[in-house]
Order: sequence, then C-alpha cells, then structure tokens
Amino acid sequence: MSNPLAAPRAGSRNKQRSNFELYGWLFMRISGLILVFLVLGHLFIMNILDGGVQRINFAFVAGRWSSPFWQVWDLSMLWLALLHGGNGMRTIINDYAERDQTRFWLKMLLYVSTAIIIALGTLVIFTFDPSIG
Amino acid sequence: MSTDVMIEPATNTAPVVMPDTPTPVATDVTFRIRRYRPDYDEEPHWEDYTVALYPTDRVLTALEKIKAELDGSLTFRRSCGHGICGSDAMRINGRNRLACKTLVKDIDIRKPITVEAIKGLPLEKDLVVDMEPFFAAYRQVLPFLIPEGHEPTKERIQSAEDRARFDDTTKCILCAACTTSCPVFWTDEAYFGPAAIVAAHRFIFDSRDAGSAARLEVLNDKEGVWRCRTTFNCTDACPRGIEVTKAIQEVKQALIFNRV
Repeated sequence: MSNPLAAPRAGSRNKQRSNFELYGWLFMRISGLILVFLVLGHLFIMNILDGGVQRINFAFVAGRWSSPFWQVWDLSMLWLALLHGGNGMRTIINDYAERDQTRFWLKMLLYVSTAIIIALGTLVIFTFDPSIG
Repeated sequence: MSTDVMIEPATNTAPVVMPDTPTPVATDVTFRIRRYRPDYDEEPHWEDYTVALYPTDRVLTALEKIKAELDGSLTFRRSCGHGICGSDAMRINGRNRLACKTLVKDIDIRKPITVEAIKGLPLEKDLVVDMEPFFAAYRQVLPFLIPEGHEPTKERIQSAEDRARFDDTTKCILCAACTTSCPVFWTDEAYFGPAAIVAAHRFIFDSRDAGSAARLEVLNDKEGVWRCRTTFNCTDACPRGIEVTKAIQEVKQALIFNRV
C-alpha cells in the first residue's frame, strides 16, 4: 500500500516537485568554495606574485587576456561571483521585502542588473582588442 | 560482608557544618516587562517591577509574584511550571527561554531583567502570542506515524540503533522557543521554522514510518529547509537541548542525496 494521504498542499501550489531551492542551495556551497580559490588566487597572483598592484596597467591586462588560461579564470570568476551574489541577494529580498510588489520589482532590478553585468563582462573578455591601447 | 570499609557509629560524628553554604537571602530583583494590553495600549511599552527573590527562584516565580502582589493584569501562559508543557517560552534578556527553567542565579541581576513575548508571532497580550501560525506549520509536515502494509498483530519492532537515529528530536515540547528565535522566521512568517522541521525529522528518520517522501516534499518547498541560514539560534534557544540546526542539516542531506 502506498502512502494513503493526499500530497500536502496539493491543488493550491507546487503541483509538481521543484528542486529549484535545493539546487540553489547546493550552487551556493559549491560556487562559494570555488570562489575562495579563484578570488584568493587572483589577489595573490596580482598583488604578490606578479610584482604588486602598481604593475597593473592596460598592457598588463592585454597580456593576460591573450592567454586562454586567464580568460577562463576571469570568466569563471565573473560568472560564479555574479550568480553567487545574485542568488544571495535574491534570498535577502525574499527575507526582507514583505510586499509582493516590492519583492517583484527588487528581484527584476536584481536580475536585469546581474544579466547586464554578466553579458558586458563576458563580451569584454572575449572581444578584448589589445590594439586599441 | 568482608570489606575494609569502616562505618563509624553515628554518635562519634560531629554536627555537620557546611561553612560555604550561607542561608539564602532574598534580594530585590527588577524585571522590565514589555506590556501590551490591547484594550488600553496603542503600542507595547516597558514597565519595571521589583520583587524579592531567592537565587534559586525561577523567572516564572517572579512573574507569578508580580501578578499576585504588584499588578494582577500581567498576562502570561504557564501550565506545568516544570519545563514539560512548553507554555511559558519568552524572551528573557533577549534570549528565548522557558521562564520555568531559568533561575535567577543564572541571570545578571545588577541590571533590570528584560522579559518580553517571543518574536515573530502575532502579539495578543503582554507575554501571550497567537501560536496558530506555529501550529499550522507543524501540522503541514504530517507529524504522526504513517505506517505501511498490514496492521501488525504485535507491536512494531524497532532496533535500538534505529530508535537512536531520531532520539534527539523526540524531545520537542512545541514551546516555539526555536522557531521564534530564528531571524528568517522573524522576517518571513511563511518559513516553516525549526520546530516544524524537528517534528518532521522525528518521523522522517523513524524506520517504522513510510511517509518520509511526503514530508521531504513539503520541506523541499520554497519556504522549507533551504531557507535555513544555519545561525544556530534555534539550537541555542531549545530548552530541551535538541540540536535543532543539526536536525535541519540532516533533512537537507536526506533531500540532496535522496536517501533517509
């Protein structure tokens, strides 16, 4: 005999099982771990190994982005940081914005700005032209 | 008996003197209570009451004394007075405690002791809140045994190990101290809250129960376990010492790995 009870909240909401919050939660943990490595590695290389922040200029950046390794590094940092931060902000909005309207518009603002920054950053990394310097 | 223990005759024993145990002295203790009488007050406000108490007295004793001697209109819930019924959870000095399990000697009495209703549930009067949203969340996780198969003619046997799996969460007395200490619940009443998850945990990990899938589905909801921010306020607040945050993490684990 299977469970004889009707599924809780059946009919009103959540007609099918959604694992969105589960994956969101997992993503935060995994991306957080990767970001610790990426961001601290980035800071360490930029500020200590490569001779300090004063060496960073247009030519330096141009040199780095000519290598696919740094392109991938910076790209993953950009995407993970923005999605991680964006999801965190989404949670905070869910926590603190009480009115549905406020929630909706704050989230729209968040999603649009996150999408714009991700798109812009990705575009720059892939289409960077060192000759304009 | 052929032991070496020598029991001295009672007549040889000098009267017992306990030099370090002074006779208890009643001290004046001030309580700053957040009063709200909906018939008279627009807004809740703080009022001070001073009563003489022994260090071994409980906060509940103080409230009863205030009600009996100083202000009969003070309203609070209490029932057993011994930490079993879960009626008198309140915020004492900013922390959720049972008034009947908090002794005066464990609180700093040099400053007034603040006492207010638990947060996050609708305030009805003084220290009394509407517990209905709390119990509604509790009911939604199906907090009862859902058996499978034919009714056995004998008891449902369970090994000691299987019983130990959920032992911690059987201790819950539904006082709401954990749920109303949770910052996520304060701002979002739709969140199930720690107590409901503890109740679900009690049955999800019970080997005799067959309703885990339904309960996990409820807790996988937008307002379910994923809203938990692991601040450990609930574990700190629980008067029964249940490791609430750990229970919530175990439910998360069961959901992620799809196993109980």
